[in-house]
Amino acid sequence: MTFWEASLDVALIALASLTVMSVLMIYIAYILYADRKIWAAVQLRRGPNVVGPWGLLQSFADLLKFVLKEPVIPASANKGLFLLAPLVLVFLALTAWAVIPVDAGWVIADLNVGILFIFAVSSLQVYGVIMAGWASNSKYAFLGALRSAAQMISYEVSIGFVIITVLLCVGSLNLTAIVESQNSEWGIFGWYWLWLFPMFVIFLISALAETNRPPFDLPEAESELVAGFMVEYSSTPYLLFMLGEYVAIMTMCALMTIMFFGGWLPPFPIAPFTWVPGIVWFVLKMSLVFFLFAMVKAFVPRYRYDQLMRLGWKVFLPLSLAAVVIVAFVLKLTGLAPGMGA
Amino acid sequence: MSVTAAFFYLFAGITVASAVLVIASRNPVHSVLFLILAFVNAAGLFVLLGAEFLAMILVVVYVGAVAVLFLFVIMLLDVDFASLKQGVLQYLPIGGTVGVIFLVELVLVVSTYAVDPALLATQPMPGEPLLMTNTAALGSVLYTRYVYFFQLAGLVLLVAMIGAIVLTLRDRVGVKRQDAVRQALRTKEEAIGMTRPPIGKGLGASGATPPGATPAGASPSRTREDA
Repeated sequence: MTFWEASLDVALIALASLTVMSVLMIYIAYILYADRKIWAAVQLRRGPNVVGPWGLLQSFADLLKFVLKEPVIPASANKGLFLLAPLVLVFLALTAWAVIPVDAGWVIADLNVGILFIFAVSSLQVYGVIMAGWASNSKYAFLGALRSAAQMISYEVSIGFVIITVLLCVGSLNLTAIVESQNSEWGIFGWYWLWLFPMFVIFLISALAETNRPPFDLPEAESELVAGFMVEYSSTPYLLFMLGEYVAIMTMCALMTIMFFGGWLPPFPIAPFTWVPGIVWFVLKMSLVFFLFAMVKAFVPRYRYDQLMRLGWKVFLPLSLAAVVIVAFVLKLTGLAPGMGA
Repeated sequence: MSVTAAFFYLFAGITVASAVLVIASRNPVHSVLFLILAFVNAAGLFVLLGAEFLAMILVVVYVGAVAVLFLFVIMLLDVDFASLKQGVLQYLPIGGTVGVIFLVELVLVVSTYAVDPALLATQPMPGEPLLMTNTAALGSVLYTRYVYFFQLAGLVLLVAMIGAIVLTLRDRVGVKRQDAVRQALRTKEEAIGMTRPPIGKGLGASGATPPGATPAGASPSRTREDA
């Protein structure tokens, strides 16, 4: 391959990344709108309904408002790191989407270690939080950053173990292989949400905590803290934090779709369902998982910080560790483990 | 120059530059952040070598966990670098000598290193290409041939972990603890008691028992009469 052919490949990858990013941004604009509408409906309010028909353009109005306001940088802040932190967070959140397959073969980089890549990138996001808290040079932002960092690290452990139980059933770290391994004549009942139901519940709750969603939104608990590590941020940098948060939530939804809901596979492998393109199923399933997230936000009161830590370390960690051992034993004894000739 | 080579020089250049900045930057927090940058770029080099599993593990373990602890410790310690730098001139001769000795040794080793000419003459065996991913290849070696060493390494880490817990665990008396099980098992009867303290005296003055000790609805009428 000559240099120019290889450069063309790089340019094509860049173009694909740009497409994924733009589609994701527009999807997130409406996910934000849906989040607020669902929350409002549960509380018998109307939610955003002024900008555009039924308030459909609300997210874009918010975007304009954020971008046009003046960014305030505290005088004693470490300016470089202060502005770098939100960029790091958004960059890492978007990077995860490079390996997420939305349909058979519709992926920018079909890595052998795809799920490990997402796990690595999401474990890096804690640096955005710590950098923001430290660079603000304010004790409140710093304490908020320490709280958030401790929370994110705690729940990564149980997420890791849940991922291992799924990988034991699949026998590969490739995200496409994870989806394909759920492809059976059983349809919706062959997906892992049924076979690994306890793990699905643990992953859902850990994903809420990992992405700072209510009831685990302690980093920016409005009633006790102002906004945790983001307290000194305004306008576009603040927008970037919120954007990074929602991209991370979408990544978690996509990951749950892939690991537990069979990705782009139709729920019933018969005629009318198989006609629908895979990406439609993928987006539908992702939106369903997000609906769960939004309902939890509306229903469940916020956890206290010690309850959060207790749940992560004393409940989920032993449970998920035991599940890894149990799943491994069951797969070995029943001969269902991949690579055992079954 | 191929694209792979371009990426190699990009990752290698950033790794070396950030490694230099780890020791050159004045602010310790910046040092740790440059260390993290060096780790991430080293992971990029692993990917170029085709060792993607090692690359991801490097990021998850070193960057995602170990370096976070570094950063926590350094941010909380508030290191005073002015006092640390006072003794630099005093220790320079010893440190310099050690550095020079290492440099000379390194140059000697590298300059006399040679590949066996007989080995160079041999042809690589054509063989069949490795059909498994490097995750599977690592696992198939680690859990079969080296399983005892692997277990032993895990045991050493377990001992270190237990040691750290034993060293830091203090059982202090008089500390109020929140027990989630007890909190969840509380009932209305034992948590709420009804009282009606006399006006201007409060609970302590009338000798009434604090809420929770009396059964609800028993004493209020009597205290009312007393008042």
